Formats: sequence, C-alpha cells, structure tokens
Amino acid sequence: MSASQPPSLSDVPASPFKPTLFDLFRTFALISLYGFGGVLAWSRRMIVEVRGWMRPEEFNEAYALCQFLPGPNVVNLSVVFGSRIRGPLGALAALFGLLGPPMLIVILIGVLYAHYGEVASLQRALAGMAAAAAGLVIGTVGKMAQPLFRDGLSPAPFVALATFLGVGVMRWPLLWVLAAVLPLSIALTYWVRR
Amino acid sequence: MKADGGTLTALAGNFALMSLLAVGGGNAAVPEMHRLAVDVMGWMTDRQFTEMFAIAQVTPGPNVIIVTLIGYHVAGLLGAVITTAAMCGPTCLFAFYFARVWDRFKDRHWRMDIQTAVVPLSIGLIAASAFVVARAADYNFAAFAVTAATAAIVYLTKVNPLWLFAVAGAMGLLGFL
Repeated sequence: MSASQPPSLSDVPASPFKPTLFDLFRTFALISLYGFGGVLAWSRRMIVEVRGWMRPEEFNEAYALCQFLPGPNVVNLSVVFGSRIRGPLGALAALFGLLGPPMLIVILIGVLYAHYGEVASLQRALAGMAAAAAGLVIGTVGKMAQPLFRDGLSPAPFVALATFLGVGVMRWPLLWVLAAVLPLSIALTYWVRR
Repeated sequence: MKADGGTLTALAGNFALMSLLAVGGGNAAVPEMHRLAVDVMGWMTDRQFTEMFAIAQVTPGPNVIIVTLIGYHVAGLLGAVITTAAMCGPTCLFAFYFARVWDRFKDRHWRMDIQTAVVPLSIGLIAASAFVVARAADYNFAAFAVTAATAAIVYLTKVNPLWLFAVAGAMGLLGFL
C-alpha cells in the first residue's frame, strides 16, 4: 500500500495513544449514556473531537460502512471501531460499554412498566410521548430522504416508496420484501451508472 | 411473565434473523418487530408496542434497546438478555468479519453500486416504521397534531428531541390528548 492512498479502516488511528480495553468500554458507555434520542452525534463527538481516536474522514468512512451493514448502526460502529483498535476483545469492550448501561436502565424501566404501565396518568403521558416519537421518526426520515431527490430522475425514490409500501402498508414480511427489492435496486443502480 | 423454552426460542430465532435483515439500523426493523410481536405472536397490544417504542426513544443509548423491553415484557429478565443478544450478536459477528473484507474492495464499482442501492431501501424501511408507529399512536386528532408538529420541528430545526418528548408527555399527562 503506497503512502499516497487515502486512510482506510485497517490503518492505525489518528491518535498516537492506543486506547486500552477499559478506555474503549468507558468511552462507549459514556457515548451511550449521553446519547438521548440518538447516539450518532455523541459517538462522533467522543471519538473524533474529545478523544481524537479518528480523523473526521476516517469516522465518516467507518460510519458509512456501519450504516450499510445490517443491524443497529452504532452497535456495528462499536464493533468495527473496537476491533480495529484492540481486536476481538476491543470489539467486546466497546460493545458491552455501549449496550450494558442502557440495558440495565431499560430493564429497570421494564420492571416499573410491568407494575405501573396501566396507571391512568402514566398512560396519558406515554400516549403523548408515543405521538412525539412517531413525529421524530417522520421528521428524521424526511431529512434522510432529501438527497434522494437531488440527482434528477433516479430509481432511488421509487425503491424507497416500494419498500415503504411493502413493509409499512402491506405489512409483508421483511425477508420477502428485501429479497425482491434489494436485487432490483442493485440492478437499477448498475443500469443507471452505465 | 412466562419464560418457557418455546417462547425463548421464538424470541432468539426471530430476532437473530431480523437483525441480519435490518438494513438501515435498529429503527428499520421496527415494522417487522411490530408484525411479529403484535400481529403474528400476539405478545402485546398495538398500544403497548407503541409505548415501548416511545420509552426506547427517550432512554439513553441506542434505540435498538426496544428489543430489551420487548424481551422483558414477553419472558422476563432471561427474555430481555436473550432478545438483546439475538438482535446484536449475529450482526456484530457479521460486522466484525465483513469490515475487513469489504475494505479491500473500496474502489470497485460493484461495491459502490451495492452501497448506493441499499440507501433508498433503508429510507423506505424507516419511513415504514414511522407509519406503523404513527398509525398506532395517533388515535385522535390531538395526538395526530402532536405527531405532525414534532415532525415539522425535527425536519426544520435542530432542537434536541428530548424537549419535544417532554412537552408531548406533559400535554398527555395534563389531559390535552
């Protein structure tokens, strides 16, 4: 690999200090606990700005990969990042940091919910929060969809619409919809590029 | 709460498969979780699912933590742990091995095509999750108005969504919804 190539995931991180397993655990636990309503912003702030473990472009590249991989993006990020720094144990340390504290909190909430979930005033508050949660996802998806309409006529908006209709409106199983739409989307992307 | 072997196996198998299909992150799997937990298995009502979704959004940590709540609701502590492990384990292993292989092909056209092709799919899935949650949460006009207002504020501003949850929760508590 020549020195002029852009940084890749397998290169050493920006910082000369190699974080220990405990550093990884602690940092991802903090990311998780700060990350009310979305962990991405905090993971970028901690990894790039506070700890200086990655350069901004390295973070973007790692995050793009984790968005593409199936499963929760930030969970993937913790594994990819942790393993890059300290191998399999690093991946585990980052993963347990990210998931351990919120699991404890949410199990506690689950216990309370099982006992008090039917209390009328709590029901009313949760109903309001559920309406807001739906709005949060709608607003976020609106922002995410903007780039789809930027490069003129492309198949992307139709692929998004077909997926939405199949999974959201028709309520078909995810496996069927993916098996049909993913090859179609890859073929259309290939065809448009040519 | 019944933690029999059949229920635990159903949780583990279904969520492990789902994790590998969740292109676009935890929220992309929400329609499938809802289909499974409410429609197919009858583990909970539509309302309970929506409440758990809201709780997961306001709890610190990744939103995928909703699966811990679902697991706890269905089969107690063991259910919570098994469901979370099933939702994160396969995809973590995949990410661990795949990141190395994928990096090798970073300049190939087919790799860029696949990455480009997945983006609209994930957006469609997250839109579907918004639709599924909104349909259950907006049981009257006032709730619908809260959803619409939240969506507009999130789309147009950079306000921390926690404030919107606090306002909407207070409105519900005070009986405006």
